[in-house]
This record gives sequence, C-alpha cells and structure tokens, in this order.
Amino acid sequence: MPKPSPISSVNDFVVRFANVNGSGSASANELFARAVLRMGVPVAPRNIFPSNIQGLPTWYEVRISEAGHLGARGGTDLMVAMNPQTWDKDVAAIEPGGYLLYDSTKPLPAAKFRDDITVIGVPLTAICNREYTDPRQRQLFKNIIYVGVLSALLDMDVAEIEKLIGEQFKGKDKLIQPNIHALHLGRDYALNNLQCPLPIRLRKANAVGDRIFIEGNSAAALGALYGGATVCAWYPITPSSSLADAFTRYCARYRIDPETKKAKYAIIQAEDELASIGIVIGAAWNGARAFTATSGPGISLMQEFFGLAYFAEVPAVVFDVQRGGPSTGMPTRTQQSDIIACAYASHGDTKHVLLFPEDPYESFEFGALAFDLADRLQTPVFVMMDLDIGMNHRLCKPLTWDDNRKYDRGKVMTAADLEAGKEFGRYLDVDGDGIPYRTYPGTHPTRGAFFTRGTSRDRYARYTEEGAPYADNMQRLLRKFETAKDLVPRPVQANAGKPTKYGVIYYGSTSPAMDEAIQMIEARGHHLDRLRLRAFPFHSSVSSFIADHDFVFVVEQNRDAQLRSLIVNECGIDPVRLVPILHYDGTPITARFIARAIGDHLDALKVTPLRKLVS
Amino acid sequence: MTYIAKPKFHHPQLPRNALGLTHRDYEGSISTLCAGCGHDSITAAIIEACFELSLPPHRVAKLSGIGCSSKTPTYFLGNSHGFNTVHGRMPSVLTGANLANRDLIYLGVSGDGDSASIGLGQFAHSLRRGVNMVYIVENNGVYGLTKGQFSATADRGSKSKRGVVNTDASIDLCALALQLGATFVARSFSGDKQQLVPLIKAAIEHKGAAFIDVISPCVAFNNHPGSTKSFDYVREHNEAVNYLDYIAPRAPIKIAYEPGTVQIVEQHDGSKLALRKLAADYDPGDRIGAMTFLQTHAAKGQIVTGLLFVDPEPEDLHTHLNTVDTPLNALGEKDLCPGAAVLEKINASLR
Repeated sequence: MPKPSPISSVNDFVVRFANVNGSGSASANELFARAVLRMGVPVAPRNIFPSNIQGLPTWYEVRISEAGHLGARGGTDLMVAMNPQTWDKDVAAIEPGGYLLYDSTKPLPAAKFRDDITVIGVPLTAICNREYTDPRQRQLFKNIIYVGVLSALLDMDVAEIEKLIGEQFKGKDKLIQPNIHALHLGRDYALNNLQCPLPIRLRKANAVGDRIFIEGNSAAALGALYGGATVCAWYPITPSSSLADAFTRYCARYRIDPETKKAKYAIIQAEDELASIGIVIGAAWNGARAFTATSGPGISLMQEFFGLAYFAEVPAVVFDVQRGGPSTGMPTRTQQSDIIACAYASHGDTKHVLLFPEDPYESFEFGALAFDLADRLQTPVFVMMDLDIGMNHRLCKPLTWDDNRKYDRGKVMTAADLEAGKEFGRYLDVDGDGIPYRTYPGTHPTRGAFFTRGTSRDRYARYTEEGAPYADNMQRLLRKFETAKDLVPRPVQANAGKPTKYGVIYYGSTSPAMDEAIQMIEARGHHLDRLRLRAFPFHSSVSSFIADHDFVFVVEQNRDAQLRSLIVNECGIDPVRLVPILHYDGTPITARFIARAIGDHLDALKVTPLRKLVS
Repeated sequence: MTYIAKPKFHHPQLPRNALGLTHRDYEGSISTLCAGCGHDSITAAIIEACFELSLPPHRVAKLSGIGCSSKTPTYFLGNSHGFNTVHGRMPSVLTGANLANRDLIYLGVSGDGDSASIGLGQFAHSLRRGVNMVYIVENNGVYGLTKGQFSATADRGSKSKRGVVNTDASIDLCALALQLGATFVARSFSGDKQQLVPLIKAAIEHKGAAFIDVISPCVAFNNHPGSTKSFDYVREHNEAVNYLDYIAPRAPIKIAYEPGTVQIVEQHDGSKLALRKLAADYDPGDRIGAMTFLQTHAAKGQIVTGLLFVDPEPEDLHTHLNTVDTPLNALGEKDLCPGAAVLEKINASLR
C-alpha cells in the first residue's frame, strides 16, 4: 500500500490528548482549546474520562472546525500521546497520514510506531527533569510544555496563550510567569528542532463571533438561577453533580441579600435521590420553585415520587443529565437512554413533560422555562440533557434575558380570591384546559385548605375509592397533557433544498452531528427534511411531518429506539414508517456515523429492485 | 367513616381560646381508625395542644407518610393544608416545605413502619439537619393496614397476635434521635394525655427538630398478652421521668409546685418548661446521660417516658443555611433574577 501523504489542513482537524487521570492535564488541554478559540476558530472539545480519581486513562479531544462543526467527528489527526497505558490503542486511532506527538525521552522500539503517520518526538521528561527538581512541578509543567510545542507545530498565536494564562491565574499572579516560561520551553524546543508548522495548522479567522464557551451544566444552572429556583436538593452523581455545583456558585454570587448577607436560596445535598425529589416536591407544594439534578440511576430511584407529583399535581423540575445505562452502566459516557423511563415514570398511568435542549444555550432557555411550565401545568418537567452537552464546553449563542419577563406561577388562588368567595375545588377543571387551581398552605384562615394525597379523590380533594370520580380525574389529567402540547417548545423544521420523500427526526445533543451529516448526505446525492424535536408531549406538527414523508429516520443515542417508540405510541404511527438510526456505545454520535447509516440506507433504495435486497 | 359529615353544632358554653376558637375549630373529619385505637387519642392530644396554644389552624402544615398513623392528619386541623406523601418519605417532603416557607408550623405524623423501616433514612437525616418541625411517631409495633406484621420497633421476644415470636432486635427511635442530634426528644403514651399534651405544646414551640415517640397500642393487632406495646404492658412498664407544663413567654407560673420537685427550663423565646421530676437523678439537658438512661431502662424492660432531652437554644436548618427572613416562596423576580445586564457580563466572561 502506498504511504499516504501527510494530512494537510488549515483550521479543520482533530487533536486528541491521551493522558493519565489526575495528572493535571485537564487545564493545559483546556488552555489549548481556548487558545484556538481566541484565534477566531471554532472548537468543540470533549472529555472522555473514566470513573476514577487518579491513574486511569483519560482523553481530551479537540475538534477544530472553521466551518463551525461542533459535533464529534470521529478519528484523530494529531494524537498527543502522553499515556503509556494506552499507547497502542492511541497510535492505532490516528488517521492514515496523521501525526503523533510523543515524549521521546525514553527510546521506543520501531514496532511501537506506524509508518503511515508522521512521528514527532519531543523529550518532554528530559526537558522537565533538567528544568525542575520538584516532582509535582515536573508533572504539571510537562503539560504546559506540550502546549508550547503545539503552539509552534500548529502556528498558534502565542500572545493569546500568554494572555489566557494571565486570565487563568488572575489573583495567583506568581504562577503566571512560571507557566509562561514552561510554555516557551516547549515552543522554543519545537522551533529549534522540528519542522514548524505542520501541514495541519491554524490560521486566524473570524468564525467565532460573539458566541460563548460554556458547559451545558453551567448553562442549565444559570437557567435555574434566572428562572427563580430557590430550593435545590440533589445527590452527587456523575454527570450531573457539576450542575448543582454551578448553581451553588452562581447563588453565592447573585443571590445573597446585599444588606443582610443572607441567602435567597436553600441548597440541600440530600442523603439520596429519594430525599432529593421529596424535598423538591415539598418545596414546590409550598409555593417555592424547586429542582433536582440527577442522572439515570437517580431517575430510577425517584419513580414513586414522580407518580405522586403527577397524580397529586405538584410542580417539580428535574434536570436529567443522561449517561450510559442500564444500572451503573457507563457512568462517564453519554447516552439518550432515559427517554422512556422519564416519559412514563412511575407505576400506573402517567405521562410527563420532557424538554430536549440541543446545547448549553437551550439548556439555559429550557432550564428557566421548565419552572414556568411546571408551575403552569402543576406537574414534573424533565430537562433531558446528557453528558455530552452537560460536561463539555460548547460554543453557543450568548445567553439572553428579557428584563420584562415575568415568572408564570400558574393558577394559584390568593387570599383575596378566597376572601372574595371564588369557588375553590382543588381538582376542579374551571377553565376547560385540565389545569385546576391550587392554594399555597397558610393562605387563608378558613378557605382554600385541602389535603394533598397520592390516593384517589374527588374534585374537591376528598378521599374516594369510587370508580367514576377516579376516572374523571384521570381523564382530566389527559386533557392537561393535551394542553401541554401547545405550551412546550415546538419542533424546529428545516427542509432540504429540494423536495424529498424522506425526513429525519432527531433531538438533544445529536443536533450538531446531524447538521453536519446533512451536508455529507447531500454530497451523496440524497436530500432529507429535518425535524428537531424539543419537547414531549409531541406537537401536532410531528405527526404531520411524518405523514408528509414516505419514511422518516429517527436518530438517537440509545439501543432501543426509545424516542421512536414514544412517537409510535403517542402519535399512532405505523412503525415501518420510522427507521431507527441508533448509536449507543457511549461516545457522542458523529456526523460520519449518521451520514454512513442514512446514506447507505438511501443508496440501497436507489438500486433497481429486481431482486430483493437482503440487509 | 369519612363520608359521614361531622355535625357542626357544639355546646354554646364551649371554652374559647385567645383567637376565639373552640376545640371544634381544630378538629378534622371523623376518624376511620378502629374504635379504641391509640392514634385517635394522639389526634385528640394534638387538637388540645393546638387549641391551648391558640395557633391559627391555617398556619400549620401537617404532613404524613403512609399507614394508619399517616391517615390521622385528616382527623385534626381541617383548616390546615395537609400532605399525605409516600411511604417513609414524609421527612423529605416536610424538609422541602419548611425550606419554602419558614413561617409555618410543620407537624409531621408518621408510624413505626413508616419511620423505623422504610423511612429510617429520611427520619435520620431530617433530624440531623435540624429541620424546625414536630415529628410524631405513633408507635404500635405492628403494620395495621396490612394485618399485623411486626414492625422494626417491636421488641425482641415479643409475640404477635398469631403467636409468632419476634427475633429481630428492635429500633429505639428516641435513642436514635438523641444520637442524631435532635434538639427535643420525648416519649409518651397515647393513654397518658396529661403527659402528652404539654409535650406536644412544648415541641411545637421548640425552634428546631423536635421528636416525640408516642407508644400507641393497636387494638386490632397488638393488644394481647405477650405484646410489649399493649395498653396493659405499657401501663405496667411505664417509667415516666417527668411531667411537663408548658408556660408561654411572659405568662406567670400559676401552678404551685412542691419545692425541689420542679425544674424550670427557660427557652430562647422566653417560654418555660416546668418539669415535675419523677426520677430525681434525671437531667433532660444531658444528651449522653439520656442515652444511657434509656438503654439501662430498656434492658430492664421498662419504657422510659417524658421529656428526655431538650436544648433550650436550638439551631435549625434555616440558621445553618443562613436563609433570608422572608419565606423563599414569597420572593419574586426582583429578588431572584439577576437580570439582563448581569447576564451580559456572564457572557463576556465566557468568551
């Protein structure tokens, strides 16, 4: 096989760092990603990390794309191989014609390399040992030194990196110079000993604009802050813990009364997820906006309470940052596999409102909106994030807030309403939308008190085991769910440039990969109309989109085509009209995967069907 | 039966409290528990305590789990909001409710199955957090609604109605509450109104986690010879350490006590607890002493009742969280939303 020529590309390649968990590489790698961004070139970094504190392999992948593709691409053009444990796998993962940067202090046998890639050795350990005596410094600065090497190899703006180091250590100023020094140790070595720049390199561009770089969990926490959440109860679980952490941080900053120095919030790290959701339900019953952040195992534990909140009609906001399931599954990998568990959470007949943000921007938007919806609908609302959105920095639109926006606290009868003699029946459908009025405890001395219970009751909240009032109530809950269809965010449709018989439905973190895949699919001569779902219950446009096409692909990140099942079930769609495209190995879905799966399917249709195709 | 409306008429001379309300204003609907159930006596004691304290009924939130005991909030304070939650989870729901509005009085009612078995975790954590509440366990040692299975507070060696002997060690909720840091711990007996009513009053006025374990015999499944939670057994083995009078802030001490028999515990809010001591050596200010006393007497088969421990200067969860004085559920956009200008700054820091 002829040796492939080295990959040549400006502002469009993937760098992957292979490190050891706990070695301090994360901040150096993030520094690299931010430096690219400061050059005006979009990046999409992803942490691929183990369930471990120290010692196991971890990777950091930086996709650089001036065209703005933020989904995972797949494949690595430049591997920064700093972990001997994973060396063979890392070297094998490099694209033909790609590059390998490694620590050449200790010679490695030729068999450890490939001849179809460019190998770049830098004696990082030797440089560190010469420069530093403290073993901890040797380790930490080695990371900055390789960033310096990359700055030369990729022709980066070193002034921007220095500026970033200054920002990073603001307040700990004596750390700035040593870091800049280490940066230049690497950079100078590369400039003096290596051919710089490589055929893959960076060039200043203007493709970032005013976008911000934020993790979905932080953005969702800001949504809760702006949405008026005052009570947060949570139990630590990857990948959602950083959402509660971020909320704690933002509250400490923006929710302290300037005069009294007292907190306008209450955050409880509960003893388990059952208590977390119990606290949320208790607080919301009593008129506060409350939420929990969790992941799949927490959702499983909360099931009984979800049924109570659905049936007793108590608002609750749940951020589910999904990870690989079932059971403990892949705690540090991404999936969209809690869709059914949340949509029909709890025993008995239940249905819940789900929101599917595609990125941090929507995590903020839906994070705030969830509180309005929960109050308006008096029911749990799930913000279905995932690890890919939640725990990675993502470039997105700047967050916005309208200062005239008022919180929708829903139908709450006040003391004045009750005093004026308005009829109050907790489960009376006064307005025909299935949503009854509620009162907060302590409102009026003699009117409006009621007993909240998970047992069946009549329209005036009186306990009953009679069939008719039970069925009446269950029907009203269905009407309420109908009402929800027009309150939740509508799907976003994007039609192909040409009329087409085929469509694709997708949601959540699949979005950037899907956008990119469309271009690749078009390049293969196929056209697809797209519908990005943003909420459950499904708006009527979902059914009509499916009806308008011969068949529709449903792209999702789970094994069992959970969203597809939900569509079939809720919209009464013939399953053959919905073709599942499923990615569930725990890595984020890629444009390459989608384009191949859909492209192959559509190619097969183009073959004159003289003989039956066997797939 | 709940479908029988409770008659509203009452004697014109019925005593009225400071709010002008009678006992009847603190009642709920008619109990559906068995005739003679200890729980109904506790319901009556709660009504009595709230009446005597002249509490506005609507300023009390009553919460419970699942089980016979958890049904009782329907039978008192009909003008209060109530929440019958899920089995064993009353403490978390109450905690959340308390966080949302610190101005209401929170009364949690639970049973021994609800708190010592399925809900032991939530029982423990709500006490260790110091939620300002009255947590009453109506303790009968059996599961009544499911026909008489042992609960986790049944004593080892005690017999079920069908003659089965319990071989598991029992959980002493008062001992746990003491260890977990509850700032008010008491035990009483549903058949001893004289002791129970003042304990409930003192617990309501206590500004921290107050726990009362009330032994409340189950007439249907646990009132036979061989049971250690029967009326007869509890009467015979009741080792009351004290009786209590609750004296509101600034109210004079009217009752004449024999000198040397009464200990006055002054509370942070100025109220006083007058303890008529029955066990001369018992000090309700000594947490560790109380734990030892409980264990020593339990080993002798005695049931220690009375105010076991009180911290007159308790801290509660809101103190620990340093929350604002205004209830969190009363804060609006102005208090909670940092606004567009701040968001612009946050955006700028993320570039």
